[in-house]
Amino acid sequence: MPSKEQVRAEAARLQDYFRGSGAQAVEPDILQPAHALLDLYGEDIRARAYVTADPLMGEQMLRPDFTVPVVQMHVASGGGEARYTYAGEVFRRQEVAEPGRSNEYFQVGMEIFDAEDPAEAEAEIFARFTAALAPLGLRAAMGDIGLLTAVVQGLETSEARRSALMRHIWRPKRFRALLDRYAGRSKVPTARATMLKRLQNEAPEEIISDAGLIIGLREPTEIIERMRTLQAEAAEPPLSGHLVEMIDDLLDIRETPANALDRLRDIAVDLPALDMAVERLERRLEAMRSHGVDLDRVEFEASYGRTTMEYYDGFVFGFYAGMYPHLPPVASGGRYDALTRVLAQGREIPAVGGMIRPGLVLELGQEGGL
Amino acid sequence: MTLKLGVPSKGRLMEKTFDWFGERGLEIRRTGSDREYAGSVGGIDGVDLVLLSAGEIPRELQAGRIHLGVTGTDLVRERIAGWESRVEELARMGFGQADLIIAVPRCWVDVDTVDDLDAAAAAFRREHGHRLRIATKYHRLVREYLRDAGVADYKLVDSQGATEGTVKNLTAEAVADITSTGETLRANHLKILSDGLIHRSQATLFKSRAALWEDAERKAYRELTGRLASFRDS
Repeated sequence: MPSKEQVRAEAARLQDYFRGSGAQAVEPDILQPAHALLDLYGEDIRARAYVTADPLMGEQMLRPDFTVPVVQMHVASGGGEARYTYAGEVFRRQEVAEPGRSNEYFQVGMEIFDAEDPAEAEAEIFARFTAALAPLGLRAAMGDIGLLTAVVQGLETSEARRSALMRHIWRPKRFRALLDRYAGRSKVPTARATMLKRLQNEAPEEIISDAGLIIGLREPTEIIERMRTLQAEAAEPPLSGHLVEMIDDLLDIRETPANALDRLRDIAVDLPALDMAVERLERRLEAMRSHGVDLDRVEFEASYGRTTMEYYDGFVFGFYAGMYPHLPPVASGGRYDALTRVLAQGREIPAVGGMIRPGLVLELGQEGGL
Repeated sequence: MTLKLGVPSKGRLMEKTFDWFGERGLEIRRTGSDREYAGSVGGIDGVDLVLLSAGEIPRELQAGRIHLGVTGTDLVRERIAGWESRVEELARMGFGQADLIIAVPRCWVDVDTVDDLDAAAAAFRREHGHRLRIATKYHRLVREYLRDAGVADYKLVDSQGATEGTVKNLTAEAVADITSTGETLRANHLKILSDGLIHRSQATLFKSRAALWEDAERKAYRELTGRLASFRDS
């Protein structure tokens, strides 16, 4: 195992490399206000990060990653075009021991804020990471969450259905359950069927007060609104099975980028909503080629990052030690416009970036006799 | 050294535990005065009875300060991270049954399943500007359950007692708590989600994997479990 000193030196070496591309070095605090992270990630983050309390500042968190504090810093500075690099320790709580993962480890990364040419920024990040990690012979994978969001936004169905699906893009199980429900493939729960039946002849207020005392912060008007949503939903025709199959086909894609592009073009013939996203992918791949990336050595997985990279809403990537499948990715990253949108209160600040684990780089380098 | 058996120190749980061992020919007796927390088990040499609050038994098992312990499966799963690697279930004892469930106000006629709860939470957050609050003392179990179900836009608020009252008191919108008959929930105008059963708990005899197991403890353990097994076979 490399020593902490060696890892720090390796992080500094990689950071110098990022600095060489004009990135400004930044150093966010280790102690971060918990509020923003809890608001973004919800209760789940408590299982993955160390939360501690300060008598004056309230709940604080040991930084679980750099992206959020770097975005906050960028937003506070007024936004605009910028690129940053950082290096330091992050802290991850574990509910069960995860082999190959430490509770405390180094990350070194780079983030580009640039609205001008998204494809170019994505290609540059990926090319730099590929070059930095080239000696390790890692397996590279990429995906694009923007494909799935484009399909959902283009669905010919109600806004309520579209936004419910959008909300669960990063929760594949619930996304699947929603699709099945909208396609009429799952049984309507008895209680809902009974409620909908009563709603045909009775006022919703009556059904609510029949059920019990009205208590709590959630008002009857909110209950009625959802009753009406369920009523409208039940009256809506189901999504076609063909459409659901096409979404499955899309999510199943696991090919070289060139082959994936062909498959996506085929699917887009029936799903024109996909056209723009496919074009974006094409431009990105083109930009990567001109940066000298050998795309035949990269695997394109359409569902890549859906379970692990919430708020990453476009291009996503990761580098893995193929020989050691139990290890976490050596590097990962992607486009996270959805994250900046939340942190900048709706302002659009397109951003793409990624991080490397210098500790793993050294470990694998030693294994490979570099 | 001796094998330490931790059992609940008071109330029905203690009585039922004593009964359970007694029915299996292992009479548990408290020694000394009524107030002294010590006792013997079935006259087996090398077994010490340790009387503890049921809530502390998981911690003592995890630390290996007791070899065997009787407590609820809910407490073990909640309080011991990766519990399966720390303790082993020896016998479910058939009492102390309680279900950890999610309950919402009965007037929520639009919410019957976890799926509905998720949809209601999304709308609630938009309307009120904060996440839908679920009051509980079972943070780990509830969080894992809701994560597996893919529920978003909720947050857990800690409630160590009178949890069923939190909705009426406007400190939570829903609760996740232990119930055996559902009586208290009904009295507080709450209903259980039809798929909201998180864990079905009962009193269980656990073995610590962390305790020191030397010849003396192993011998006592074999005798004790031998007698429990012969009861099961007869």
